[in-house]
Amino acid sequence: MAPTALQEKLNGLVNSMFAEGLLDEQFQQLQMLQDGSNPGFVAEVVTLFCEDSERILAELTKLMDQAVVDYSKVDAYVHQLKGSSSSVGAQNVKLACIQFRQFCEDNNKEGCMRALNVVKHEYYHLRSKFETMLHLENRIQAYETKQQS
Amino acid sequence: MSSSRGDLGAGGEAERELHVLAVDDSSVDRAVIAKLLRSSKHRVTTVDSGKRALELLGLEPNVNMIITDYWMPEMTGYELLKKVKESSTLKEIPVVIMSSENVANRINRCLEEGAEDFLLKPVRPSDVSRLCSRMMR
Repeated sequence: MAPTALQEKLNGLVNSMFAEGLLDEQFQQLQMLQDGSNPGFVAEVVTLFCEDSERILAELTKLMDQAVVDYSKVDAYVHQLKGSSSSVGAQNVKLACIQFRQFCEDNNKEGCMRALNVVKHEYYHLRSKFETMLHLENRIQAYETKQQS
Repeated sequence: MSSSRGDLGAGGEAERELHVLAVDDSSVDRAVIAKLLRSSKHRVTTVDSGKRALELLGLEPNVNMIITDYWMPEMTGYELLKKVKESSTLKEIPVVIMSSENVANRINRCLEEGAEDFLLKPVRPSDVSRLCSRMMR
C-alpha cells in the first residue's frame, strides 16, 4: 500500500477512535508532543500504558477472586488504572474505572465484578485499535526510512 | 532512574536550563511529565518513589525543582514534600505536587506545607511552561 494511503488509513483509524469515545483530547496533547527528537513518543507511552494496564487487570482479577475482597486494595489499583488511562487519553477506560471505584466505595462485590468486566472489555477493545495504529505507524516509518537511504 | 539534558537556546545565548526531578510511581506519567519538561528544554531525572527521590537528592545537589505525584505507595508526595522542607540542605528546592484528584483540603495542606504549586493531572504543556517560567525568574 502506498504511504499516502497508509497515512489516510491511520488518520481514519485515529479519527474513529476519537469519534467512538475511545480517545479524548489528552491523546491529542500527546500527539502534539511528538516531534523529530522523539518520533516514537506516542508509541512509547501507548506501550507503557498497555503493560501497566495488563499488570493491573491481572492483580484486580486475583483480588476479586478472593472469598473476602479487600476493597481498599482493589480501589488503589483501579485508581492507578484510572490515572494512567487519563494520562494517555483512554477515555472509555477512564470512565469505566470511575464507575468501578463507585462500586468499591459501596463494597459491592457483584457491582465490582461487573465493573471489572467492563474495564477489561474497554481496555482490550482499545488495545486492539492501538495495535493497528502502531502497526500502520511502523509501516509508514519503514517506508520513510527506506526513501531516505 | 533516568536523566537527559535539554538543548541550549538559539541565537548563541544559553537559556537557563532547569534540572527537574520528577517523582511518580506510574511509568506512563513519568514518560509524559519527562517529555513535557524536555520539550521545554529542561534536564529531567525521573524516579518511581519518594524514597528514591531522597536517595538521589542526597547524591545530586543540583536539582532546581521537584515535581511529584501525590498518591504513591510507601511515601506520598506530601510526605516527600515534608521531608524536603524539613531538610536544611533541601528546603530551598521548590516542590510541585501533581494529583488526579481535585481535593481542596489536600491542595491546601500541600500549599501550607510549602509546596510551590499543585497541578491537576493530566498535566498540560501550558502548566509546565507557566511553572518553569516562574522558576527561571
